[in-house]
Amino acid sequence: MENEKVIVVKDLTKRFGGFTAVDKITFDVEKGEIFGFLGANGAGKTTAMRMLCGLLLPTSGLASVAGFDVYKQNEQIKKNIGYMSQKFSLYEDLTISENIRFYAGIYGLSDGRIKEKISLLIKQLHLEGQEKTLVKALPLGWKQKLAFSIAIVHDPAIVFLDEPTGGVDPVTRREFWELIYEASEKGITVFVTTHYMDEAEYCKRVSIMVDGRIDALGSPADLMKDHGANSMDEVFLQLARKAVRVE
Amino acid sequence: MKQFLIFVKIEWFHIWRDRRTLFILICMPIVQIILYGFALTNEVKNSNVAIFDQSRDVSTMQISNEIAASRYFNLVKNVYSYNDIAATFRKGKIRMAIVFPQNFRYDLLHSNHAQIQLIADASDPNTANTLTSYASVIINDYQQSLNQNDDLPYTINTQVRMLYNPELKGAYGFVPGVMALVLMLVCTMMTSISIVKEKEMGTMEVLLVSPLKPFSIVIAKTVPYLFVSLLNIICILLLSVYVLDVPIVGSILLLMLESTLFTVTSLSVGILISNFAETQQTAMFAAMMGLFLPTLLFSGFLFPLENMPVPLQVIANIVPSKWYYIIVKNIMIKGLGFESVWRETIILAGMTSALLGVSIYKFKIRLA
Repeated sequence: MENEKVIVVKDLTKRFGGFTAVDKITFDVEKGEIFGFLGANGAGKTTAMRMLCGLLLPTSGLASVAGFDVYKQNEQIKKNIGYMSQKFSLYEDLTISENIRFYAGIYGLSDGRIKEKISLLIKQLHLEGQEKTLVKALPLGWKQKLAFSIAIVHDPAIVFLDEPTGGVDPVTRREFWELIYEASEKGITVFVTTHYMDEAEYCKRVSIMVDGRIDALGSPADLMKDHGANSMDEVFLQLARKAVRVE
Repeated sequence: MKQFLIFVKIEWFHIWRDRRTLFILICMPIVQIILYGFALTNEVKNSNVAIFDQSRDVSTMQISNEIAASRYFNLVKNVYSYNDIAATFRKGKIRMAIVFPQNFRYDLLHSNHAQIQLIADASDPNTANTLTSYASVIINDYQQSLNQNDDLPYTINTQVRMLYNPELKGAYGFVPGVMALVLMLVCTMMTSISIVKEKEMGTMEVLLVSPLKPFSIVIAKTVPYLFVSLLNIICILLLSVYVLDVPIVGSILLLMLESTLFTVTSLSVGILISNFAETQQTAMFAAMMGLFLPTLLFSGFLFPLENMPVPLQVIANIVPSKWYYIIVKNIMIKGLGFESVWRETIILAGMTSALLGVSIYKFKIRLA
């Protein structure tokens, strides 16, 4: 079961009128893998991710997520994935435990299971005694960690993270990545887009999108070797400079 | 269903925790009821009147001709019984009826004294007042023209009867108006803002990725506002009965049902606005410009529609609150039943289903 594939994408394309946002991308992601999805702004990352989440219908190509087809089974896909957007996605006017209860509730968890989850998450995030704190009173870093924990509250097969660490200090970012590793060890596949190249090095494999195409795909070490670079930063810059599309 | 209920509960928390908005939602109707209590003067042109002439002599003909020639009146019908008058009023065809008793001229010439009765639809008190005084002036003129030739003064008494609202209370007109305003404001503005807020916060994206159906997201977000608005209606009705002494003459059940229909209309407009508005400010301005002002101007509750230029009268027809205002006035003030408002109800229901259809269709397109 080592190589079970949870995301399989082949020649996936999305056109908006005459504009090809995503151009025949092909890749797959294994179970429990942390997959980095890199690219400059406007390269097509978000469009690709939206297709995989069942929010957007592809123009052509094949894609399956958690074993379900993105064209026909997007309802099943939605039940099996978690999602965290770049605008962090909690309700500021609700307390920590209300946010957990709400998101667990809309995924249909039972009341008993929701209670368990609340105490588990509170303990995991060291938020004991703050269950009744409004989320808006939390520092940004905590909000983001809480948002991630809530995105996987229903134990999805895959969690999609859209630039989850924007605007967060390096220490908190590291703590955030520890949570990601924990999730990955539990068998949750992590699909993450990011701008930070040091984060790219935390991923098992990364793909780099340029102008809607995937121009590089592999482990960070392999990519650095292939491009004769010392860091992911250099690899990224080499590829991104080739872009003709301007945002 | 359980997911749905959790959602509704959370939406309640949003409303409840935002104390400032909650305060506005609850207090606004009260403040408006009091504010609009100040009567507004207006001039009324071309009002439809009917004449019940039981005498049919030279004098009544002359007065009738004067009335018909006046630019304030538009003689639409001659009626032949009191029942006929009542029926014509109920159909909403006339604003005033003029009744000449039998032997009008004979009484006038022999006893120097005769009577005319003016019956006006006072559910709109300003108009009723204006109409009866215009008519009295015309009758007075006629009386004076007779007196020029003779030494003995002739007097014609005008006896005025105000239908539906004998005390000419301004409140009779503005209670239905405020109901329309408040419902528009609460339902349209608040729902569109609350949906757009989710877009701004980024929570909408997460909701759309969740197994919840887009349709149930929208419905769950609107249900609490439906309840707040019904609460507001009850509040306004209690105020109007116990503070302003405006009774509810017709069926309360029918009134509540029609109000629920109008609430759904307003909610669908709110959803529609939230489809294209990207920020809360846009949503608020769209609701203000698109609904609040038209309700104020075109529902007929502050400014009589009869006096507006024809193009504006046509525009008024597409404003849902105009129809709701007519319905509430007919049921609450005039005490009429469903048979008098079925046409307005159908128009409102048609508007509602069209709006709801378009907004839900649009909502899906956005996700495709």
